[in-house]
Amino acid sequence: MQSTDTSGASRTAAAYWKANLQVLFICMIIWFVVSYGLGILLVDVMNQFTIGGYKLGFWFAQQGSIYAFVALIFFYAWRMNKIDREFDLQED
Amino acid sequence: MDLQTLTYIVVGATFVLYIGIAFWARAASTGEFYVAGGGVHPVLNGMATGADWMSAASFISMAGLIAFLGYGGSVYLMGWTGGYVLLALLLAPYLRKFGKFTVPEFIGDRYYSNAARLVAIICLIFISFTYVAGQMRGVGIVFSRFLEVDIVTGLLVGMGIVFLYAVLGGMKGVTYTQVAQYVVLIFAYTVPAVFIALQVTGNPIPQIALGGHVAGGDAFFLDKLNQVVMDLGFTEYTKGSKSMIDTFAITMALMVGTAGLPHVIVRFFTVPRVRDARSSAGWALVFIALLYTTAPAVGAMARYNLHATVQPGEVGAETGSLAYDSRPDWFKRWENTGLLKFEDKNGDGRIQYYNDKSKEFAAKAEGFGWKGNELTVDRDIMVLANPEIAKLPNWVIALVAAGGIAAALSTAAGLLLVISAAISHDLLKGIVMPSISEKSELMAGRIAAAVAVAIAGYLGYNPPGFVAQVVAFAFGLAAASLFPAILMGIFSKKINREGAIAGMLVGLIFTMGYILYFKGVFITPLAENKPENWLFGISPEGIGVVGMVLNFIVAFAISAVTSAPPEKVQQLVEDIRVPKGAGAAHAH
Repeated sequence: MQSTDTSGASRTAAAYWKANLQVLFICMIIWFVVSYGLGILLVDVMNQFTIGGYKLGFWFAQQGSIYAFVALIFFYAWRMNKIDREFDLQED
Repeated sequence: MDLQTLTYIVVGATFVLYIGIAFWARAASTGEFYVAGGGVHPVLNGMATGADWMSAASFISMAGLIAFLGYGGSVYLMGWTGGYVLLALLLAPYLRKFGKFTVPEFIGDRYYSNAARLVAIICLIFISFTYVAGQMRGVGIVFSRFLEVDIVTGLLVGMGIVFLYAVLGGMKGVTYTQVAQYVVLIFAYTVPAVFIALQVTGNPIPQIALGGHVAGGDAFFLDKLNQVVMDLGFTEYTKGSKSMIDTFAITMALMVGTAGLPHVIVRFFTVPRVRDARSSAGWALVFIALLYTTAPAVGAMARYNLHATVQPGEVGAETGSLAYDSRPDWFKRWENTGLLKFEDKNGDGRIQYYNDKSKEFAAKAEGFGWKGNELTVDRDIMVLANPEIAKLPNWVIALVAAGGIAAALSTAAGLLLVISAAISHDLLKGIVMPSISEKSELMAGRIAAAVAVAIAGYLGYNPPGFVAQVVAFAFGLAAASLFPAILMGIFSKKINREGAIAGMLVGLIFTMGYILYFKGVFITPLAENKPENWLFGISPEGIGVVGMVLNFIVAFAISAVTSAPPEKVQQLVEDIRVPKGAGAAHAH
């Protein structure tokens, strides 16, 4: 975008953004797989397996996906805080 | 002590608590009024967000929906939680860095256009009022059933409480009352769930009990439930009846809609730093997940108990169905509200509750001498009646009443605040009279909140016939208009004013048109609302997804052929992408 600006600050910001997008990409894939993948699209396949009295596809749709969402958000927050510091772009 | 006195005491005590907090946390500046001064701890903000988000629909209606839809109810569970992932990863940190007060303000600044801001204001007001009417109806149901007061009195009390803490306290008052309301509502939801899980399966943890054995038996609870409902001609509980594409679309529309709801987004403007916005969304989802992972157990066990009550014996045996004269007390009480109805079609004095729409089961039913289903159960009563059906002690029932009211009031207050901020900050200060002083703006905000409370109360008393139908609107519109506009504003530097406005309008009009076409709000539906008529087999509930895709396509196409956003705006985008340098949320 800003080809004329070659200052260090701008390069750092661009590299930081790229690192952020990579983490985002991985997280969004997991987000999709645990809900739409295992809970909806592949539900019949997954339902052939069970954990306890739960059919696995049903479990992902009504329990597992939610646990995975919580874990994902905390993982992203933790990873990004680390990346913030690596690029020296953290607050304070 | 009788149930009613106990309910008055418990509900009254929570009201005293809310008002006490409201006085302690009064707002003194616009910063405190709009974003609680930007100093709310991320865990507390997570709790407040939980109460803000979990409305009468989550508390009262959702488990009932799941009870009757089984696997089909998963769309609400995944849809209303998965949205927080989008919020935490794609929106909240950047909007926090932007550091202003409202969602329309971001759209107006990013697309350097008051017209864009105005479109956002209209979407916001429409979404929020639709929602608030539903909350007030919830307050009405709880008051009239548990406190047996007139619905007008109930509404006036509810409005009075919300008025006190939303109008005086602003976001600061609302935030701290919501924290208290969260504690009340989660306690009220989980305590009966634990009791019931223990009764039905012998395991006190609802999330595990749902996958456990029936108490005193070898069979898994879910297998037993499947068998019970299929014996009466209903669809297998762990299988849905919706098509896969529709399940997919509805889940996606609810997720994206959740992330685009202004009253949820604005909660992340109240934390001190960008990294707090990231973790606060996680805490919010932890608190929400406590209720959302409990709800499937509540729904399934309520369904099981309901069938066990009305069909205590063998299906088809002469004495297998419950005699109407020996119906339990809770049954009579809910009959009075009209939400539970019995009609003795075959005149045998017994209640036959089964699926009379099932063709396979029809022959069987005829053989039993059944002449159609005789019991109509409103889904909304499942959570509220659950403790009574399970014969739990009176204090648990009183607690559920207080929880239902807490859920409705906390969401109503959050919605009223974003409506008031949209009027005083975006419309008045942003567009109509930019020179207004902070003191006058704060006063305007309070007046707008007061007027919004009055309108909400009226809508709760006199719910327009279409309230239930327009719920799909709120999520569909948020998904098709606000979410894409915000997302593109952060992740693309190329989307310009023309693209964003055209995109929002196309998404909005398409989604609204599709819902009107099938649901006929204000007009007669133009086509029957059934899968054969739907576009790609997607129901009006899920159509927001298509609206969102159209929004993206139009915005990119138009931006490609018009001039790029000015340098200043591109700088703004660069700036919100890095956390460094975020101050407290400020006015200009």
